[in-house]
Amino acid sequence: MALSRIASSSSRSFNLLKPLSFAISLRRSISNDTTPMTVETSVPFISHQCEVPSRSVETNPKELLTFFRDMALMRRMEIAADSLYKAKLIRGFCHLYDGQEAVAVGMEAAITKKDCIITAYRDHCTFVGRGGSLLEVFAELMGRQAGCSRGKGGSMHFYKKDSNFYGGHGIVGAQVPLGCGLAFAQKYSKEETVTFALYGDGAANQGQLFEALNISALWDLPAILVCENNHYGMGTAEWRAAKNPAYYKRGDYVPGLKVDGMDALAVKQACKFAKERALKNGPIILEMDTYRYHGHSMSDPGSTYRTRDEISGVRQERDPIERIRKLVLSHDLATDKELKDIEKEVRKEVDDAIAQAKESPMPEPSELFTNVYVKGFGAESFGADRKEVRATLP
Amino acid sequence: MKLEMGTGTALRNIIGRRFGHGWKRPFSTATCDVENQHSANANTNAKSINLYSAINQALHIALETDPRAFVFGEDVSFGGVFRCTTGLADRFGKTRVFNTPLCEQGIVGFGIGLAAMGNRAIAEIQFADYIYPAFDQIVNEAAKFRYRSGNQFNCGGLTIRAPYGAVGHGGHYHSQSPEAFFCHVPGIKVVIPRSPMQAKGLLLSCIRDPNPVVFFEPKWLYRLAVGEVPEHDYMLPLSEAEVIRKGSDITLVGWGAQLSIMEQACIDAEKDGISCELIDLKTLIPWDKETVEASVRKTGRVLISHEAPVTGGFGAEISASIVERCFLRLEAPVARVCGLDTPFPLVFEPFYMPTKNKILDTIKATVNY
Repeated sequence: MALSRIASSSSRSFNLLKPLSFAISLRRSISNDTTPMTVETSVPFISHQCEVPSRSVETNPKELLTFFRDMALMRRMEIAADSLYKAKLIRGFCHLYDGQEAVAVGMEAAITKKDCIITAYRDHCTFVGRGGSLLEVFAELMGRQAGCSRGKGGSMHFYKKDSNFYGGHGIVGAQVPLGCGLAFAQKYSKEETVTFALYGDGAANQGQLFEALNISALWDLPAILVCENNHYGMGTAEWRAAKNPAYYKRGDYVPGLKVDGMDALAVKQACKFAKERALKNGPIILEMDTYRYHGHSMSDPGSTYRTRDEISGVRQERDPIERIRKLVLSHDLATDKELKDIEKEVRKEVDDAIAQAKESPMPEPSELFTNVYVKGFGAESFGADRKEVRATLP
Repeated sequence: MKLEMGTGTALRNIIGRRFGHGWKRPFSTATCDVENQHSANANTNAKSINLYSAINQALHIALETDPRAFVFGEDVSFGGVFRCTTGLADRFGKTRVFNTPLCEQGIVGFGIGLAAMGNRAIAEIQFADYIYPAFDQIVNEAAKFRYRSGNQFNCGGLTIRAPYGAVGHGGHYHSQSPEAFFCHVPGIKVVIPRSPMQAKGLLLSCIRDPNPVVFFEPKWLYRLAVGEVPEHDYMLPLSEAEVIRKGSDITLVGWGAQLSIMEQACIDAEKDGISCELIDLKTLIPWDKETVEASVRKTGRVLISHEAPVTGGFGAEISASIVERCFLRLEAPVARVCGLDTPFPLVFEPFYMPTKNKILDTIKATVNY
């Protein structure tokens, strides 16, 4: 990675000569250091029907350390969710995102909370990226009242209205036309915001995706369709499900960009590029080349359709957190110990959140009947005894 | 082999947690005699297997006996997520047993076309909750093909298989019972088995039936229901309901996994001196009105139970038909003990489900009306 530093203060040699305490205080100022720096992405972007964004990404030490912290938090959170599921505290389904953190984090860095994000069921980290708290995550996973969907949604249905996170969808591909609808509303309200509709390589073969693309292109909607290509639709490799696995090209008349989804900076650059373009020219597809370490869900070991060597290979060569760690260390933005401290801090945060979430009660039985309709519009429910409007539960 | 029986809910929760340990379900032993009498040859080789193995056997036989039979769907090649299609790809080859991409509408539409050319197309929809993108194809294409072409074309060779029903932890999208939507469509058949022995015979009948059929398999029973299943090729008749427990005070009508819950309620009601007659509808459309009517004429009371929400569920159709036919004979209003009118919940599943106690209470209320 080529580096050119524009900063004039806090040069490397200066730190080595100073006593430790001063070096530490200097480090703290670096973590808030917004002096711009440029980093090159690991691989160039490949485009379809549009120009290619520059490989040089503007960033700063603060952002890189934030990336590191956020991704470490997400990674720790997903691993903790794995243990909770095996301990049967989380029931139902649990689709883990570890390996793909760079997509969530890079995207957030390029956009505001006024832009909308909508995704499928692998949504824990996307939710956290949108500002969701760990307590809300764990409580929702365990089905408790403190969860973001009040315990009624579970793992696949995380939502956050105040930061325009539209969830959290179980049916594959169904969220994409929805995302295009959000984009229409945004265009109509002239807020100069965009919608990122995320889907996977498995969903890329759904008919509704192409219907949504056609509509978005026809009406010039600021919709950015992001294919999180982790190369496996549950257990099916992409080349066995798609005639053309170059998902960024599948839009045909809609331009596309292929991005290294394990490089948070590349993701950030691509999303920034996509947002600017979508506001002017309508929809664009971003294919994030990423990888998930876990199986499709907790009931999938993840090793029957791919080799352990492949998984560990990706972990060694392309892990998003390691990439940022190397970047931070090579530019002396923090010491190895400080990064490890961040990881320890993050671990503690996750453990605290789990403990707090366990305290939260299960939803009241009456919650079974709430929010089926808006209250007052028609009968709220029919109970087991159809004569009653609200059943008395045992 | 009898299990310790708690309430239906507790039992479901216990079994739900132990999903995959192959406990024997009480009702299959209770109705074993009745089943064997109805099977084609009662004394041929029968092995004790579970539901997914029975379905697997049926599929093997279907592909063996008809060289123009195909099995396709998401992940069927390695055996499917519920192992119903194990061994088929190895035995019959990739041109007859193959995976499709993730596109239900495409799968069913493709199946209709394949069937229109005279083949037996056995399409698998991975979970019944995902069948809705294919709903248009089933309702508008499959069901009306023969009718609108004046019998020139048909897609009778089409069978759509889908696992349906609650499983203890399925939540909104792995637990639905959508049978009622399909029962509203003249031109297709809807069949739901209750046990391994029934499943094999019914599935073979569905595959060989010259009409398009939607075959819902109770996923909760895939491993849990174990029964004696004859090894040979046999078929069970469609549109014939079966009285699986004789009684005289009240008729209970159900299908699929719910029957085992209803049977437990019947056994408990017996202790209170109420004699219950339990009918397995098996085919939901066209349903066997005569058998149910004959039973209601005997008992004068009827209770219908299903997992799907009560409003607009298939119980409503049965109720209306029975009232039309047996009004003067009825001693009490037709009772329905069904799922609640909410989306299928995750944490609230034990409250939502029509449990044994709810059925028992309603049996008593109806008998004492």
